[in-house]
Amino acid sequence: MLSQVDEVASSAHADLQKVTRLADLEAWRVRYLGRKSKLINILRSLAALPVDERRDVGARANQVKNQLEQSLAQKKDELDRSVNLSLQKESIDISLPGRPYHLGRLHPTTRATKEICDIFVSMGFQIAEGPEVEWEYYNFEALNMPAEHPARDGFATLWVDYVTESGTRPMLMRTHTSPVQIRVMEHTRPPIRVIAPGRVYRYEATDATHEWMFSQVEGLAVDKNITLADLKGTLFEFARRLFGKDRKCRFRCDYFPFVEPGVEIAIDCFMCGGKGCRLCGNSGWIEILGAGMVHPEVLRGCGIDPEVYSGFAFGMGVERIPILKYGIDDIRLFYGNDLRFLRQF
Amino acid sequence: MKAPLKWLKDYVDIDIPYRELAYKLTLAGLEVSDIKVIGGSWDNVVVGQITAVNPHPNADRLRLATVDLGQKQMTVVCGAPNLAVGDKIAFAAVGAKLLDGHTGQLTELKPAKIRGVASEGMVCSEKELGISDNHEGILVLPPDLEVGKALSDYLADIIFDIDITPNRADCLSIMGIAREVAAITGKEFRLPDLSYKESGKEIGSYAAVEIKAPDLCPRYCASVIDGIKIGPSPKWMQDRLLACGMRPISNIVDVTNYVMLEFGQPLHAFDYREIRGKKIIVRRAAEGEVMYTLDQVERKFSSDHLMIADAERAVAVAGIMGGLSSEVTPGTTVILLESANFNQAVIHKGSLNLKLSSEASTRFEKGLNPELALIALKRATQLMADLGGGSVAKGLIDVYPGKTEKKPVAISSSDTARLLGMDIKNDEIRKYLESLGLKCNPDAATGKILVEIPWWRNDIACTADLVEEVARVVGYDNIPTTTLSSSLPGGEGASMVTFRQEVRDILVACGFQEVITYPLTNLETLNKLSPDLNLTGPQPLAMANPMSRDLEFLRTSLRFGVLTVLARNQRNREENIRLFEMGKVFIPRAKDLPLENEMLCGLIDSVAPDAYWAGKAEMADFYSAKGAVEALLSRMGLQAVFQAGEDVTISPGKCAHIIVDGEKLGVIGEVHPRVRAGFDIQSPAFLFEIDMDKLKALCGGKQLIFKAVTKFPSTERDIALLIDIQVTYEKVAGIISGFPLVVGVRLFDLYAGEQIPAGKKSLAFRITYQAEDHTLTDEEVEAVQQKIVEKLAADFGAGLRS
Repeated sequence: MLSQVDEVASSAHADLQKVTRLADLEAWRVRYLGRKSKLINILRSLAALPVDERRDVGARANQVKNQLEQSLAQKKDELDRSVNLSLQKESIDISLPGRPYHLGRLHPTTRATKEICDIFVSMGFQIAEGPEVEWEYYNFEALNMPAEHPARDGFATLWVDYVTESGTRPMLMRTHTSPVQIRVMEHTRPPIRVIAPGRVYRYEATDATHEWMFSQVEGLAVDKNITLADLKGTLFEFARRLFGKDRKCRFRCDYFPFVEPGVEIAIDCFMCGGKGCRLCGNSGWIEILGAGMVHPEVLRGCGIDPEVYSGFAFGMGVERIPILKYGIDDIRLFYGNDLRFLRQF
Repeated sequence: MKAPLKWLKDYVDIDIPYRELAYKLTLAGLEVSDIKVIGGSWDNVVVGQITAVNPHPNADRLRLATVDLGQKQMTVVCGAPNLAVGDKIAFAAVGAKLLDGHTGQLTELKPAKIRGVASEGMVCSEKELGISDNHEGILVLPPDLEVGKALSDYLADIIFDIDITPNRADCLSIMGIAREVAAITGKEFRLPDLSYKESGKEIGSYAAVEIKAPDLCPRYCASVIDGIKIGPSPKWMQDRLLACGMRPISNIVDVTNYVMLEFGQPLHAFDYREIRGKKIIVRRAAEGEVMYTLDQVERKFSSDHLMIADAERAVAVAGIMGGLSSEVTPGTTVILLESANFNQAVIHKGSLNLKLSSEASTRFEKGLNPELALIALKRATQLMADLGGGSVAKGLIDVYPGKTEKKPVAISSSDTARLLGMDIKNDEIRKYLESLGLKCNPDAATGKILVEIPWWRNDIACTADLVEEVARVVGYDNIPTTTLSSSLPGGEGASMVTFRQEVRDILVACGFQEVITYPLTNLETLNKLSPDLNLTGPQPLAMANPMSRDLEFLRTSLRFGVLTVLARNQRNREENIRLFEMGKVFIPRAKDLPLENEMLCGLIDSVAPDAYWAGKAEMADFYSAKGAVEALLSRMGLQAVFQAGEDVTISPGKCAHIIVDGEKLGVIGEVHPRVRAGFDIQSPAFLFEIDMDKLKALCGGKQLIFKAVTKFPSTERDIALLIDIQVTYEKVAGIISGFPLVVGVRLFDLYAGEQIPAGKKSLAFRITYQAEDHTLTDEEVEAVQQKIVEKLAADFGAGLRS
């Protein structure tokens, strides 16, 4: 028996010398130290041996087993080192540029519109749309701005060259998204909760802060018992979600012919924190929204009884949001379509 | 509207800090957009008196002034031409902060030696003190000021610049703003005294007024002041005019401007000698009537204009500008003073088409109340008699054909609760409204308050208007904040918005940059979309008042937008450009708004980026564009057929119509080289255009249905065919994929040229076989493959390439 143990020992050591790979080392371990290996069988059969032999063989076999286990561990270390060594030799220059992926991007106006709409959609608003070429009726009259109304001066209008048989020129490029309010109220009965994103046009010379084409998002909620307090809560929540929860909001009286009472909402300037700077024109506040309770005449004109229903409406410029958030200093960049600008968003 | 704080204090006590007042006004709807503090930096500026003026020993144009400051005398070097002994002046000691007369920068006054003489301070101009832009000479102060006192005790002021909304023409006046201040600060409003002595002849002996267009002139009031002496107005009046941005002219003109600022009523002073026939007639202009206006321009009028005329001729354009002939001149001695009310629309239209806008016209076109005319006339008559001497004729002319009664408006706490979401008792509502000068009469029967609307508030006509008044006085800050509790609407909203976003996201994932271009262009640009520069199709809608020749027509195509953007960015040396725009094109319809057809247009340039270190970059081609369209349509669950076709913008032979379910959805192909050249694009470009409305309609009917994923393995076989060059890929692939067990066909090589017989090409396909219910055996696969080869041989004479 003893000789068998010695044979195992010498052939195991000899075989181990030949092992160069981790997989071969595992095979070696199974062969010499595995459950079915000779050595383990010998150890398992010790009980059947006479006492004297049992002691000698047992001691020897255990000694060999320990040696082999030690050699196995050593060999494993050795192999690990040499694998890493050879991997090291194949090392690459990780500083080389990666394979370029050609990424597309959304236009910043699209992104901002989506950001705004997503917030209102999460508050239960639905999206509505209307035509960009509109009737004067929807753009002005139905919004409580008859011809010669002084507030029309605030909407420099591009008129379409279309003359009716009676000699009027009633078609225009819509100057705001508010006509969508009328179109929605003409076709829908309360409860109404919609937002209407879209492009609008003004007869205006362009400069760093003026563009003749821009985008707005309009909002409208009409039902029984909708109040100015609801308007305040809804739009303050919107402002905080868009500009951050620490923003303060200012709620002040303003005038738009199609709402009464009228409101303007401003947030405290995030550049100077309200102390006054160039961004906020030294006022500490940045105007972001015009709003108000839908004027009773506007509701009545759409066949909604203002004695029963009330509602609020709001509108905001879309480009203004990225302009403020990212410090863009020239609105003309939006529709100049220089990729060096567009790729930043 | 500029409102000096000191002037406001004439009519209302103000005891809160000016910044707080500005904030309260802003919240109440009168937005204070700027605050100018005059004298804020006058720490070392005092009133002085010039006691001696001596020549400068070393300079002809400089003089030495000795200034008495009460406690001490100082000597300063001064170049001002108007130094006069005895005058009270503003003296700045060393350390004072003044505006530099040339640079406008605030600078600290330092001790200085000027041409060898030490100057111990400075005698200031208005510009240096920030009072006005006048830097001609030094500011001469009124003689009653006390020497040695701080200048700010007398001259400092705060000037609010207030944006007045179009509904509040009454606040285009110091009086209107003072009323607001009184209401929001809980103070009393005081009207100035309007009395004066009438010592002249009966007014009827001077003139009579006739209104021939009562629809356009609801009221015309006038007074006459005889024996007036034209001269400058007093310093206090000039200061106030300057503070409000108006230039002082003479006592008479200044009074009209002063009262306009004070009450908001434009007035006009005529030289009575020039009024012929003792008659003022308010009438429409005769067609083609001409008159010189005060600005010395001869203008032509039409029946759209309202004129003030005497017995013979027009003497003013009503509410817009006076006529030159009746202008007040230094020799004027009798004044006929007009204070009238004109229809806002006629003034608005007139001012627009004469391109003539004045302080008067901007007030009239916002709508003034006729009641104001008489009040303002009394005030102006009083001031004119005061400042110009002369005697006021007995009585006033007052022709008032347009007198209207205002109906009272009802409000109660249920209205404020319903619209503001705030519980305000009737008593409180009454208190708030009365603070604005609105008279409240509780109506016991209805529990409502009947509110009499004062004449100056043209903007209040319904309950909602009163609710806003209550909210303004309560303070918008104090309105509660609640969330919407109304029920959610039914329906689904505009699904186009979501659909559009899906399409955009797919194109962005394919590497396309979204662009947005103007929908207005010129015909030349639209025509450039055709190689013969003559785009057929609908005639685009034109603007009636285009901003420029290049922004005249509404686009009927998106193509020129992306082509222009590509060219622009190529000039910036951008490469590998992929663009898309999604937007509307406008197709005219008879007697209706145009059809707004939503389109998608994509464009790829063929310029490959610089070679990448690990391999060569590929040039984009027709198939790059096609791949994007295929990716888009397959993501939308649609299978497109690309059919060789024609399109005006696209090269013949490199153009396909995109067909889904038999309907033409769009077009794809290489941009025609002449079109490309027209847009200044340097290299081949590939365009696709898809009708979004049709795409959405097609997607609407598609229901995605899950298909089980087979557990059994697939197997692949390659096949290389020699085939006639005319046989398209589509035909071959169609036949192969029609066989059972074939689940995939991929063309992995295409070759024509040497080693291939002329007129032939080699197509190499990798075919994937798979069964849903078992593992395929080699025999099964071979059998199908054999049949495929036979079928292709029979149909196209295709042979296997060895």
